[in-house]
Amino acid sequence: MKIVAIAFRYLWSRPLAAALNLLLLSLGLASITFVLLTSEQMDQTFERDMAGIDLVVGAKGSPMQLILAGVFHIDVPPGNIPLEAVQELAQNPQVAKLIPLSLGDTYQGFRIVGTTAAYPQHYKMAMAQGQLWSLPMQAVAGAQAAREGRLAVGSRFAGSHGLGGKGHTHGDALFQVTGVMAPCGCVMDRLILTATESVWQVHEKATAVDASDQKALEAEREVTLALITYKSPLAAVSLPRFINTTTEMQAAAPAIEITRLLRMVGVGTEVLRGFGLVLLLTAGLSVFIALWNAVRERRADLAMLRMLGASPQKVAGLLWCEALLLALLATAIGLLAGHGLTALVGHWLQAERSVALTGWIWLDAEWWVPVLGIVVATLAAALPALNAYRLDVTALLNSR
Amino acid sequence: MIHCADLAYRYPGGAELLFPDLNVPQGGVMLLRGASGSGKSTWLALAGALLRPTRGRIAVAGQDLTRLGKMAGDTWRAKSIGFLPQKLYLSEALTVAGNLAMAQWAAGAANDKEAVSRALARLGLSDLARRKPSQLSGGQAQRVALARAVLLSPQVILADEPTASLDDDAARAALELLATTAQQLNATLVIATHDQRVVQALPQANLCQIDLQVSNNVRE
Repeated sequence: MKIVAIAFRYLWSRPLAAALNLLLLSLGLASITFVLLTSEQMDQTFERDMAGIDLVVGAKGSPMQLILAGVFHIDVPPGNIPLEAVQELAQNPQVAKLIPLSLGDTYQGFRIVGTTAAYPQHYKMAMAQGQLWSLPMQAVAGAQAAREGRLAVGSRFAGSHGLGGKGHTHGDALFQVTGVMAPCGCVMDRLILTATESVWQVHEKATAVDASDQKALEAEREVTLALITYKSPLAAVSLPRFINTTTEMQAAAPAIEITRLLRMVGVGTEVLRGFGLVLLLTAGLSVFIALWNAVRERRADLAMLRMLGASPQKVAGLLWCEALLLALLATAIGLLAGHGLTALVGHWLQAERSVALTGWIWLDAEWWVPVLGIVVATLAAALPALNAYRLDVTALLNSR
Repeated sequence: MIHCADLAYRYPGGAELLFPDLNVPQGGVMLLRGASGSGKSTWLALAGALLRPTRGRIAVAGQDLTRLGKMAGDTWRAKSIGFLPQKLYLSEALTVAGNLAMAQWAAGAANDKEAVSRALARLGLSDLARRKPSQLSGGQAQRVALARAVLLSPQVILADEPTASLDDDAARAALELLATTAQQLNATLVIATHDQRVVQALPQANLCQIDLQVSNNVRE
């Protein structure tokens, strides 16, 4: 008989205690896995999506809202800014690259973004199918948008007004898909890109009553916001202040806003992580009490083992093995549950067309989860095992 | 074989227990008699290499136990001693067969299912192999414990009060089985008891009787 088999039998000879300890350990390890997976992926997502974007310029309002709307596309933008002002800004010597974005319409919850070819280029997007747009009213779909919106090269679709997805459909202005982008795991996956002119065209057609009205609308053309890359880091000192004080526009730096956001969200992850650790501590204590009682209950069994020729190390090892078995089972369950929970949350977020989060990746940091389980088990088993090690076998002979 | 000379043991802070000299040949039967507190358990612990004598010599199964190291003692006990405790100490977490398999594990012997079934068959326990100890009668449980004791063919069997709480017929049957089993293995059988029935039930030839007395063997 193997030590593992014996330990297993002993463990399940008290099924209630074993199941409770397994549950506690698993919950603790699952919450830690969940925190690891989500915080790591959130950080990565934010970092990747805002890479190379030094400044976002849009209408006055909340700077964080501007960043969430313009960089991550998970909030509505504060308003629009005049095209003229943006064109002027593009000529600023401190600006290396300016990408205009026009938001306002969606297709099945996926945002239709009017922009220039510089936008997909910024994220180094490759085409899975077809090519970029060359004319207004042509569109390119991100991987997730194409998959869930059933878009392929040649398909036609109409956007619906508003970012909520409940607005009326621009039925008379159909987009034609000219390409589908390869998946990048970034914000591009859940966007549909088109030329800036398309957005104007859709809305002007919808509102203009005659040709002169159309002319008037063209003169007041707007974009929603602009993503800016500095020419030199020195621009960070003067450009945001220049925009915020001398124009009607607002400038916000993603790095600053995201640091602020993560600090706020960070409290939540810290709480969850702490909660997981408290659970683990409780589980460790519970395992300790169970083993401690087991040694007392099984004093005779363990002494008999010694009588049968087992060394003290072997008897202590049996107890350690029991704790270890619990820990390893709990690690397996905890990791699975943590990944499952992350996948579930990821599924909800995907349904909301929000940040991509997957449960089915393995992070290096997760190797700490089994280590943590083993450490907790070892600490919990230490005293009971020592007790078993020091067991007085002669007591077995004196029991009358 | 068992050989004792001038054997004594002193518990820390206690009185010294003196034991009579004795010589039991391999395959012989030894009866260790005495009331509670006379030192029976201590003698068994010395013979099982669980304790080391403070004075004198004890050799069991060809091994001088006087200066045996702790690790070596465990290894030696595993292969040389079969122990039948009074309360049997069968593990409730395991089946009858599991209890025997655990003895193999404890002794560091190979996991041998064949040997387990052979030991069970020898004592007529094959049908009970999958039962839990709590599902056995007292007599069956004792036979299981005996099967566990002789599983690794020990040279010495130490039986602690094997007839306690048995009626006359059961006690006779138990002793007979014990003696026969020991004989089959050519093992030296040591029975520690204060039961008068035991001496009558055992064959008198080759029987070595040691009487421990509380007053005589304790030197303050």
